[in-house]
Amino acid sequence: MNQSMNLPNDRRLPLANTAVAYAAFLIGTLCGLLQVFIRNDALTLPGWLDYYQILTAHGLLLAIVFTTFFIFAFFQAGTSKALGQFGPRVILWNWIGFWITLLGTLLVVVMVVSGQASVLYTFYAPLQAHGLFYVGLALFVIGTWVQGFALIGHYVKWRRANKGQLSPLFAFMTVATIILWVIACLGVVATVLFQFIPWAFGWTDGINVELSRSLFWYFGHPLVYFWLLPAYMAWYVVVPKLIGGKVFSDSLARLSFVLFILFSIPVGFHHQLTEPGIASFWKFLQTVLTFMVIIPSLMTAFSLFATFETRGRQLGGKGLFGWITKLPWKDVRFTSILIAMLFFIPGGAGGIINASFQMNELVHNTLWVVGHFHITVGTPVAMTFFGLTFWFIPYLTGRQFTKNLQRLAFLQIFTWSIGMLLMSTAQHMLGLLGAPRRTAYTGYAHEDALAWFEGVLSNHVIMAVGGSILFLSALLLIYIVIQLWWFAPVSDQESKMTFPMAESDVSGTPALLENWKVWIGIAFVLIALAYTIPLSEIIQHAPPGSGRFQTW
Amino acid sequence: MHLHKYEKIWLAFGIISLIVFLSVVGVSAFHQGNTPSGGHMTIDPNKVRETAPFDQTGLHERSDGTYEMVIISQAFGYDAGDWKVPVGKEITFTLTSEDVTHSFSIVGTNVNMMAIPGQVNHKKHTFKEPGKYLIICNEYCGSGHHFMSAEIEVVES
Ligand code: HEM
Ligand SMILES: [Cu+2]
Ligand SMILES: [Cu+2]
Repeated sequence: MNQSMNLPNDRRLPLANTAVAYAAFLIGTLCGLLQVFIRNDALTLPGWLDYYQILTAHGLLLAIVFTTFFIFAFFQAGTSKALGQFGPRVILWNWIGFWITLLGTLLVVVMVVSGQASVLYTFYAPLQAHGLFYVGLALFVIGTWVQGFALIGHYVKWRRANKGQLSPLFAFMTVATIILWVIACLGVVATVLFQFIPWAFGWTDGINVELSRSLFWYFGHPLVYFWLLPAYMAWYVVVPKLIGGKVFSDSLARLSFVLFILFSIPVGFHHQLTEPGIASFWKFLQTVLTFMVIIPSLMTAFSLFATFETRGRQLGGKGLFGWITKLPWKDVRFTSILIAMLFFIPGGAGGIINASFQMNELVHNTLWVVGHFHITVGTPVAMTFFGLTFWFIPYLTGRQFTKNLQRLAFLQIFTWSIGMLLMSTAQHMLGLLGAPRRTAYTGYAHEDALAWFEGVLSNHVIMAVGGSILFLSALLLIYIVIQLWWFAPVSDQESKMTFPMAESDVSGTPALLENWKVWIGIAFVLIALAYTIPLSEIIQHAPPGSGRFQTW
Repeated sequence: MHLHKYEKIWLAFGIISLIVFLSVVGVSAFHQGNTPSGGHMTIDPNKVRETAPFDQTGLHERSDGTYEMVIISQAFGYDAGDWKVPVGKEITFTLTSEDVTHSFSIVGTNVNMMAIPGQVNHKKHTFKEPGKYLIICNEYCGSGHHFMSAEIEVVES
C-alpha cells in the first residue's frame, strides 16, 4: 500500500520539498565526483559535455536547489508543529509557491543541460546565458517568496490570536530567516529583472557589469546565512531536545538571529575586494560590518556548548570534561549534528581570513575558497540537514528509523567527514599554493603548477580520493532516504509525532526582540549606509554597457 | 535579559580581539598602503584598444623610476607586450578586459586582480626575486578558461 497517498496535506508539502532536495543532491554530488577526476586529469569528458556545464550544475543543484528545498521542508513541518496546523489557504499558497519554485528550477536545469547556460551559479555578466535561464532564476526566487509569505501569514494569524505573547522559538527563527531571505533577494531580483532579462532577450544592448556584480553579491553573502540559519535552528532548538535538555537562553537565541539579519546583508563587497569600481573606503567599511557577525556567532557557540555541558552535568558528568562522555553519542541524530558543528570551527576561522581585506588577495578565487565553502555549507549545513533527515522523513512518512538504518547512518556521516577532511584540506593547501578554482585540468607548464600534483596532502589526487569517498557517502544517504520513505517498517503512531523541539523559557525575553518593524528598519538603515554611495557611484560613472558573450 | 558571567567574559574577549584585529587590518591598509587591487577609472569596453593607456600595452618606465605594465585580457589570453619586468622596481599593473570577466593572478605573489569589462584595475608590486612567474586567469571566462595563462620574466635591470 502506498502510505504517502493518505498523508495529511501539511505532511505531503514538506515531503514534496524534501524529494526535490534529494534529487538535486544526487545529481549534484555526481557532478562533484566528475569534477575531482577531471581536475586531476584522470577523466576526459565526451565532446557533448563540458567541465563548466557540470560545475554550473554542481553549484546550482547543491548550493541553491538542495539547500532551499530542504529548508522550506523543514520550515513547513516545523511551523505547523510549533504554531498549529495550517489552514487551507496557507496550504494552498505553499503549494503554489512550491510549484513556481520547481518550475524555475526545471527551466534553469534544462538551460544548463542543453549547454545554453554554462555561466556558473554566479552567472557573471557579460557572459550571456539563454534568456530563459534568467527567467528560471526569477521564478525560483518568486516561488520561495510565495512559500515564505504563506508561512508568515500563518505566523501573523497566530500572533493575532495570541496577543502580547512571544511566538515559539522555532516560529520566530523561521520568520527571521524568511525576512533575511526576502531582503537579500531584492538584489538578485533587481539585477535579473532590470539588467539580465532585457539584455539577454536583446531589448537592451549593454549591461553595467560592475553594477550587476554588486547587486549579485548584495544577495550572495546573506545567501550563506539563509543556509546557515536553518542549521542554527536545528542546533538551538532540535539538538537540546535530542539530548534531553532545554534551550540555554531564549533571549540570546532570538538576539543572535536578529543580529544575523542586521549584519549579514550590508557586507557583499567582501566578495569584490580585488576588483575596481568600488573605493577602498567602502570595501573596508563592509569588511568591518562583516566582522560584526562574529558577535552572534560567538553567542551561538557559547549557548550550544553551555546546553551540552548543562545536560551532561545533569546526567552526572563530573570534572572539567566528564560531562562530554554523558552526551548521547550513540544517537546518530545528535552525533551527526555535533560533527557538523565541529567542522564549522575551522570553517568560520577560514571565513575570517577570507574577509580580511588585503589578505583576501592571497586566497581569492583559489581552491582555498572551494575548501572553505565545503567546510561551511558543504558540511556544517549539509550534514546538519542529513542529521535532520534521519528523523524528519520518518516523522513525515510514519516509518521507522531502524537499528540497521541507524548503523548505516553512522557509516554515512563517518565517510562524509573523512571524505570532506581529505578533500577540503587538499583544497585549502592547494589554494595557498596558487591553484585556481573553477578551472578544469591544465598542465600549466611551470614548476609552481606541477607542485599542485606532487604534495603529500596538497595534491589533486587527495582531492579526488576525498571526493570519491564523499560520493559513496552521498549514495549511502540516498539509500537511507529511500528506505525511510518507502521501505522501512511502518511505526506506531508515536514516532510519527516526534518533531524534536526543546522547551524555551520566554519569561526573561524582552518583547522588543519580536518587534520586526524595528529590526527591519535598522537593517535597511545599515544597508543604505553601506550601499547608497558606492552603488550610485557605480551607476553615475557607468561605462558604456557590455555586449553579450557566449565564450563556452 | 540575563547574561551568564562566563558568557560576558567570552563575548568581551571576542569583541576586544575583533577591535584589535580590525585596527591592525585598517592601519595596514590605509597607513601602510596595503590595499587590495582597485581603481576608479572606467573605460568603454568596446573601444579598449583605442583608449589610453590600453592603446599601448606592455611595460612603460615612468619619470619617477617606477614602471607601469598595461595589460588587456581577452578570451583566452593576455596582451601585455613581451612579459619582461625588472626586479626590485615598483611596477603598477594596469588591467582591463575586452570581453568577459577574467583575472590576472601571478602565482606566488599578492597580485590577484579581477579584470572587469568597463573598469580599470590597478595593483602595485615589486618583485624581490628574479625568475619566471606563472600568470593564470582564475575567474571563469569560458571553455578555454583553463588555457588562459602566461609567464612573466623578472630580470636583473
Ligand atoms: C560528493 C561531494 C562533493 C564533491 C566531490 C565536491 C567537489 C567539488 C569541487 C572539486 C569543486 C570545485 C571545482 C572547481 O572550482 O573547479 C566544487 C565546487 C563547489 N561545490 Fe562541491 N563537492 C561536493 C559536495 C558539495 C556540497 C554538499 C555542496 C553544498 C551544499 C557543494 C557546493 C559547492 C559549490 C557552491 C561550489 C562552487 C561552484 C562554483 O565555483 O561555481 N559541494 N565542489
Ligand atoms: Cu560572504
Ligand atoms: Cu579565465
